[in-house]
Amino acid sequence: MPAAIFTRLALLEARRGGLFWVAALILVVGLALGAYLAQLALTEARALQAAVVAALLRVSAVFVIAAQVVASVRREIDEKRLELLLALPLSRPRQYLGRFAGFTLLGALLAVVFALPLLLWAPVAAVAAWGLSLAGELVLVAAAALFFAMSLSSLVPALAATAGLYLLARSIGAMQAIGSGPLAEHGFAHALARHIVDAVALVLPALDRATRSDWLLYGAPDARSLALVLGSLLVYAALLAAAGMFDFQRRSA
Amino acid sequence: MTRDERPLRAVPAVVWLSLAAALAAQIGWRAGQGRPGAAAADLPPAPGAAALRLASFGEPAALARLGMLYLQAFDYGGANVVPYQRLDYARLTGWLDGLLGLDPRSQYPLFAAARIYAEVPDEARSRIALDFIYRQFLVDPDRRWPWLAHAALLAKHRLHDLPLARRYAAAIDRHTRAPDVPLWARQMEVFILEDMGELEAARIMLGGLLESGAIRDPAEARLLRQRLEQLERR
Repeated sequence: MPAAIFTRLALLEARRGGLFWVAALILVVGLALGAYLAQLALTEARALQAAVVAALLRVSAVFVIAAQVVASVRREIDEKRLELLLALPLSRPRQYLGRFAGFTLLGALLAVVFALPLLLWAPVAAVAAWGLSLAGELVLVAAAALFFAMSLSSLVPALAATAGLYLLARSIGAMQAIGSGPLAEHGFAHALARHIVDAVALVLPALDRATRSDWLLYGAPDARSLALVLGSLLVYAALLAAAGMFDFQRRSA
Repeated sequence: MTRDERPLRAVPAVVWLSLAAALAAQIGWRAGQGRPGAAAADLPPAPGAAALRLASFGEPAALARLGMLYLQAFDYGGANVVPYQRLDYARLTGWLDGLLGLDPRSQYPLFAAARIYAEVPDEARSRIALDFIYRQFLVDPDRRWPWLAHAALLAKHRLHDLPLARRYAAAIDRHTRAPDVPLWARQMEVFILEDMGELEAARIMLGGLLESGAIRDPAEARLLRQRLEQLERR
């Protein structure tokens, strides 16, 4: 399968770029933070460790995968390697999906590695649900980073757009709750703002429902809830991949 | 992940010196500032529930617990003989309220209110903390009754306010429905009315909580045992 070469290249670049050392360092920092927090907590020490270390590992995994994808793709474009690869007898969608599959594998690998230490403080079922959700989240972030790295002209805007989309997706639920709260004003401007926020939410994934640290504290979600979360992440990742392929198809070189 | 490098001796002395001077200046500057300590007056007003939720970026459970560690640091340590007694309790309960709102299943804010903030030797502040516990108990009685039980003991033995203690004890009986609420907690009012010393009452309550499995955290159990020992030494 010729497209698999792009998958292999993505994994090879991550290994040679020292991504696995970065992941190991993050794990060490996470475990050290957990040990430190245990000294400070007056009660619920395990819950504090699980929640805070999980939050740190989640955001670190997202940053690592986004930076890796954007840097890798931008380097490929800036060094004109992309032009060379476009000359291969392989359709553009296959090339795009080959790269995406590589980054997806990388995300899944990171999710497994980052979920394992949480077994110190949370039951297996909860950690499995958290890890699966993190894998879905990293696939989505990889899709977003690939899309922005391919479609924007340089590294910083691509990274900023990926981070912006991610943070907005994680806070849009809270924004909607604020807008529809009982203390909110009732007027035309408020109604308009609320509708705009609702409209923005329609084109964003509900990341505030994914990879929740309270699963680690109070038990894994039921299978249906988890399937809904994973489904929503994969649907959005598919949307980003389709948008990326569309843009890649129109690219002149 | 290797790169070609020139040997260290290729770095000119002036660059070495400027690096060393900059590092020394940084360390000296930070050492001169001393350890940061949060005084009571530094506690800012609590942000609203919506602002806290927005700031959590989808991690309310983590922010709720980190917020408790942040709150614990105010008016504690340094030259402070009695921790927390200078805190603005209106602001404090605002923070506890907000953090509990982020993760309503967490017991940390109620634990801190009952075992730390309500036990300050200042009646007005203690009453604010007890009132917070009572209000929060009414939101989820079956989960939060242990804190109101402790509040009832504090009301009787520290504030010497028997009507308040009876009100709290009666509330436990009236509002709890869960089968795992022990009999002694439901009969707290009788327990309050008995002519029992604080040490004896605390022993019964702590023993009951440990036996019922309500206290599982080692740090919490250790703190409660320390409190018992303090009572015994009095």
